[in-house]
Amino acid sequence: MSHPEPIQCDLMIIGTGMAGMAAALFAANRGLSTVQAGVSSEVIYASGYMDLLGVHPIEDQKLWDNPWAGIEAMAREIPNHPYALMEMEDINTALEEFISFFHENGIPYQRKMAENVEVMTPVGKTRPTYFVPQSMWAGVEAMKAQHRCLLVDFQRMQGFSARQIAEVIGNKWPNVRPARIRFPEGDKLTELYPEWMARKMESPIIREKLARIIHPLLEDARVLGLPAILGMTRTKEVVEDFANRVGVPVFEIPTIPPAVPGLRLKETYEQYISGKGVRLLFPKRIGQVQQEPDGAFLLTVEDTVSNDRVRSRGILLASGRFLGGGLHAGRKRIEETLFDLPVFQPAARSEWHREDFFDPRGHPINRAGLEIDDTFRPLDISGQPAFPNLFAAGSILAHQDWMRMKCGSGLAIATAYAAVNAFVKQRVDKDLQA
Amino acid sequence: MAFPFFRKKGSLIKTRVLIIGGGATGTGLARDLALRGVHCVLVEQGDINAGASGANHGLLHSGARYVSKDPEAARECRDESIILKQTASHCIEDTGGLFVAVEGDDEKFIADFPGYCSHCGISFREMDIKEARSLEPALSKNIIAAFEVADASIDPFKLVLENITQARKLGSTFIRNTKVVGFKKRKGHINTVNLVNVQTGEDLLIEADHVVNASGAWAGEIAALAGDPIDMIYSKGSLLITHSRITGRVVNRLRPPSDADILVPGGTVSIIGTTSARVDALDDIRPTAAEVDLIVDEGTAMLPGLESMRYIRVYSGVRPLIGTQTGEDDRYVSRGFDLVDHSGKGIENFVTITGGKLTTYRLMAEQTADLVCHRLGVTAPCRTQTELLPSAHAWKWTVPGIPSKEWLKDHKPDDFLLCECEMVPRSALDSIISAMGEHKKQLDLTTIGKRSRIGKGACQGSLCSIRVLVYLYDKGHLQSDQGVPHLRKFLNERWKGQRVLLWDMPLIQSELKEAIHCGFLSLEI
Repeated sequence: MSHPEPIQCDLMIIGTGMAGMAAALFAANRGLSTVQAGVSSEVIYASGYMDLLGVHPIEDQKLWDNPWAGIEAMAREIPNHPYALMEMEDINTALEEFISFFHENGIPYQRKMAENVEVMTPVGKTRPTYFVPQSMWAGVEAMKAQHRCLLVDFQRMQGFSARQIAEVIGNKWPNVRPARIRFPEGDKLTELYPEWMARKMESPIIREKLARIIHPLLEDARVLGLPAILGMTRTKEVVEDFANRVGVPVFEIPTIPPAVPGLRLKETYEQYISGKGVRLLFPKRIGQVQQEPDGAFLLTVEDTVSNDRVRSRGILLASGRFLGGGLHAGRKRIEETLFDLPVFQPAARSEWHREDFFDPRGHPINRAGLEIDDTFRPLDISGQPAFPNLFAAGSILAHQDWMRMKCGSGLAIATAYAAVNAFVKQRVDKDLQA
Repeated sequence: MAFPFFRKKGSLIKTRVLIIGGGATGTGLARDLALRGVHCVLVEQGDINAGASGANHGLLHSGARYVSKDPEAARECRDESIILKQTASHCIEDTGGLFVAVEGDDEKFIADFPGYCSHCGISFREMDIKEARSLEPALSKNIIAAFEVADASIDPFKLVLENITQARKLGSTFIRNTKVVGFKKRKGHINTVNLVNVQTGEDLLIEADHVVNASGAWAGEIAALAGDPIDMIYSKGSLLITHSRITGRVVNRLRPPSDADILVPGGTVSIIGTTSARVDALDDIRPTAAEVDLIVDEGTAMLPGLESMRYIRVYSGVRPLIGTQTGEDDRYVSRGFDLVDHSGKGIENFVTITGGKLTTYRLMAEQTADLVCHRLGVTAPCRTQTELLPSAHAWKWTVPGIPSKEWLKDHKPDDFLLCECEMVPRSALDSIISAMGEHKKQLDLTTIGKRSRIGKGACQGSLCSIRVLVYLYDKGHLQSDQGVPHLRKFLNERWKGQRVLLWDMPLIQSELKEAIHCGFLSLEI
């Protein structure tokens, strides 16, 4: 449907990933009328784990038990890292506000306030993270306590092997016993997809059938591990009920993305954010942006069948990097796709990537991105804010390597918080002046 | 099975002929000798086609490329391409070829070209420019001359796998990951050769009546180790693989050999190259961003679509050239081959075969085998000129486009795809593993990758690598945490060919790959 009159809003959020979701939530919670638009759903690639800070300096591969201490060190040593622009307290408040939205809507999270925890990956290797979905928490504790564990996988489900995980994790946690089982009602399908299984698991009948298959295999196991299939949007209820049926605590291990934990975040977000008054325009791409005489932005938001026009008093750019579409790389240089903002980047393509894919120092291209002022406004070539009312947050920002630093979610959420608050403060200051 | 001249005793293997080097020449020689009833052991420090045999255009030369500078090489190519089209047709796509000149190219060279071809006996047909452009619409509007020649496309992996498969069926042995570290000589005769398995560190001793050095660019090093050094020139060339096939035919630039002037189609892709740069060492040969840019910029003159083309891989090989010439362009060093008999230098049972090109691999093997057989008193004649190279299907999963055809045509209901980009199913892995026979012990992702399309599709190996790893664990081929280093090695091996090609879509793919393998799985830690 096309609107002859533009949709009016205070803040237009561009991007549908973690930073875009967080920004829209924060904006709505602050009473701003908010529109969010974007194409891809990067959040489906989320593992479910939410990192705050795991590694710094990355070239030394120094792991931090206390992420807050890590952030403090990083702010000192990489003063242009976006975290360095924020107070620690604000970062924590941002995380809590974001997490509580999912908590209230059926996806609870757990953390230890001043501690990273060790979590499992589907190849069996462990890694540090900060916030862990409640559905995966029993695994964190069981590994630490070295409890005997039955880890199951499923016939005809690809990319997840309990045997592999048990083999790889064996040095750290020898008490993991793998088993391959059939999934109830899955026999007629040639391949089982985790998403289909997760939706099936919302039925108590399926849960009961699966519990009966697993029960005789438990033996001395004190905890049960499965790939992430325990429900889609009612995970809390599914996990609790299933644990009761099998008689031991259960936990999930995320599968290779795009997977259920990311889909859960996406579906839950999309289902409940409208209730907060956020208007969602996606999947749609931003066509044109122009600035009105009064400083407001006029945007066209398109998909193949319709065009919307949006008039917003400010824009928050959370359009991500290359996968998200916020940045684009040609053969010669990297560009920002919407405003052609200057992009901090290595001098030549030959310097974008290192010869070793796993080089601990990370690839220089990962630090490319938008440079911002202390109110999260992207700078133009003169080093001044490109627009007074254009803000940026998330992975599009320069001087960070979220993949090596293990700070992706924290960075997205914290910078979204800072950018939204900067916009609110600017409005208030303006109103006071007026 | 026991052969009188081949028995395994501890770490000592006895054989009549030891061949060093698992490229086209070495495997071709193994087959040639096996067909003459001479059993041999072929040793390779890496895996098949690790050197130039696996890093070339896959071009079966008509000979026209060499008519101006190297008539002898041109005639060898002409004769050999005819033999191979008859005996190894299943490894060849008989595409035909074009030589085209674009505005600004040397008009004298264009005018002289027919004469050069006639002089070398290379058949050609001058083609109307309109006809050339209607046959190959990807050609530039600016072409000013076109000739048709008998070039074709040949799959070096398929070819080499078929050669070694037949040699092994006839009783010869192939040992991978095993490097020559020394020769024990007595009175000008090599008694034994010392080797070491580069993966396990185990020693191996081979006692052979005769030793053939077919190690390509490494021939100088091996010969030096044996005590009779050869001067080699290392000329590095880089090539790009396009995401889709651009032309039906091989397209050559009609000018003296230069950068990015040959495009060879193969299956669903095309390969454009090459460059030429002198290098001092053979270790860690990697393509550079500057070479990629040069190939794209130069190639665009002939084929404008190359500018916006998506590239899936870039790779470099080293041309093994004998000599000490210091000319400005190594492409002018003869592309003929050299069979060096070291008996004149006091090693009576040692020869080196190097130089040459993929097109003449069979002839190189034949002449080497003739010499070796003469020494051994074997009178059986060469059979590879006429005998068909059997199709053992050892190659089926390496050819772009074939796995997907196989899958769409027919598959068992309980089979499923491990690689969705290139459509490689679980059953393919089973057949690759079983075809590897005694090599199963050294199974890893990189080995599987070499024998299939795994990791070669648009996802750059991000997902299929994990699925194959799962399968190898489930089947008991991997234990403990050894899969993690395997995964790293595999992805880094693929990375070599992707790193300088990452812009536009491939960069997006690589970012996703890094997000999964580093951001999430934390394999870098």
